[in-house]
Amino acid sequence: MTRYESLEDSLGHTPLIGLPKLSPKTPAGAPRVRLWAKLEDRNPTGSIKDRTAIAMIDDAEKSGKLKPAATILEPTSGNTGISLAMIAKVRGYKLVCVMPENTSVERRQLLEMWGAKIIYSPAAGGSNEAVRMAKEISAQNPEWVFLYQYGNPANTLAHYQTTGPEIWEDLPEITHFVAGLGTTGTLMGAGKFLREKNPEIAVIAAEPRYGEVVYGLRNLDAGFVPELYDASILTRRFSVGAEDSVKRVKELLEVEGIFAGISTGAILHAAIGVAGECVAAGIGAEIVFIVCDAGWKYLSTGIYSNDGDADVLEGQLWA
Amino acid sequence: MSNPTVEVRIPTILRPYTKNEKLVSADGASLSEVITSLNTNYPGLGERLLENGELRRFINIYINDEDVRFMGSLSATLKAGDSITILPAVAGGCM
Repeated sequence: MTRYESLEDSLGHTPLIGLPKLSPKTPAGAPRVRLWAKLEDRNPTGSIKDRTAIAMIDDAEKSGKLKPAATILEPTSGNTGISLAMIAKVRGYKLVCVMPENTSVERRQLLEMWGAKIIYSPAAGGSNEAVRMAKEISAQNPEWVFLYQYGNPANTLAHYQTTGPEIWEDLPEITHFVAGLGTTGTLMGAGKFLREKNPEIAVIAAEPRYGEVVYGLRNLDAGFVPELYDASILTRRFSVGAEDSVKRVKELLEVEGIFAGISTGAILHAAIGVAGECVAAGIGAEIVFIVCDAGWKYLSTGIYSNDGDADVLEGQLWA
Repeated sequence: MSNPTVEVRIPTILRPYTKNEKLVSADGASLSEVITSLNTNYPGLGERLLENGELRRFINIYINDEDVRFMGSLSATLKAGDSITILPAVAGGCM
């Protein structure tokens, strides 16, 4: 279906694209190992977070927590804020985002374009600080509606009800599902759905590994694990640094023509690693990975230019 | 046969234990043995990683970029030249 009543209605049903050139070659007679990219940049504001944002707002409206003209508060490194800002604009809410100051300029511009107010949290501590500050601000402004994507079951449910079923419908032969780990909503929701359909499906997390400033906690007890996280849904979990992520983003662009955001590079790196293991073991595989967003919001970092390298991302929250 | 030697990356918050060294060596055929080796060379470091004999909730350890909690945790096996990264758990991901 390509006709929709409104922009919001066009959410989801994103294409699943084969990667014929980037999928590894297998020896003659050996089973195929294929990579599939789910293009989440084809959502209304250009990222997978539209699913989370619409689900959390719908849920808050339904429960009566979100009343007309209310103010929504959310910690975000960009995409969730951008999704919420668009929906808030269309539905008549105000939005306050708490965002680390070390994020790309395009994310700020997009948030402001849709009318969000941004409160910056310090670079040191990365999103940890944004979450901590948002919790404090929420306590000081009890009339604001704190959606809190890290602990809001509507986030997981969105992926259980949409992302997972879409993949299953398009590729019931799926053997591996690879996605980014942040709030954990995508992996928990879609992963749970897919495992219920076929318990053999491997659910693999790729988390971005940033420069040291982002891990600059005051003490270890200030660490953070999202309330939504359930390790039993995952099969494996990889940490991927900026260098590998940038290398894969460029490879995806060069080889398959797909212009993805930097976090997708981390996810693709894990997917290609797993694909290589399957080839070595002579096992066939249909590996689906998530393209979280396109590269537009990261052009100012310079990493897409020919000589752009990962060093420029040091100290930045690039995912 | 002697235990394999691996390299271990230490996060900023734990560097007071390693005289500010970012990268240290340790010996052990399993993660548990490596942590014992670290604690011998850098007293107190092991206790910051473990609680009641398990990895602390806010500590993540990766062997060659893979999370050890999905590789047998403390009994994860190691070979010479493996790279271990210790990181505090933070809200750092795609959000």
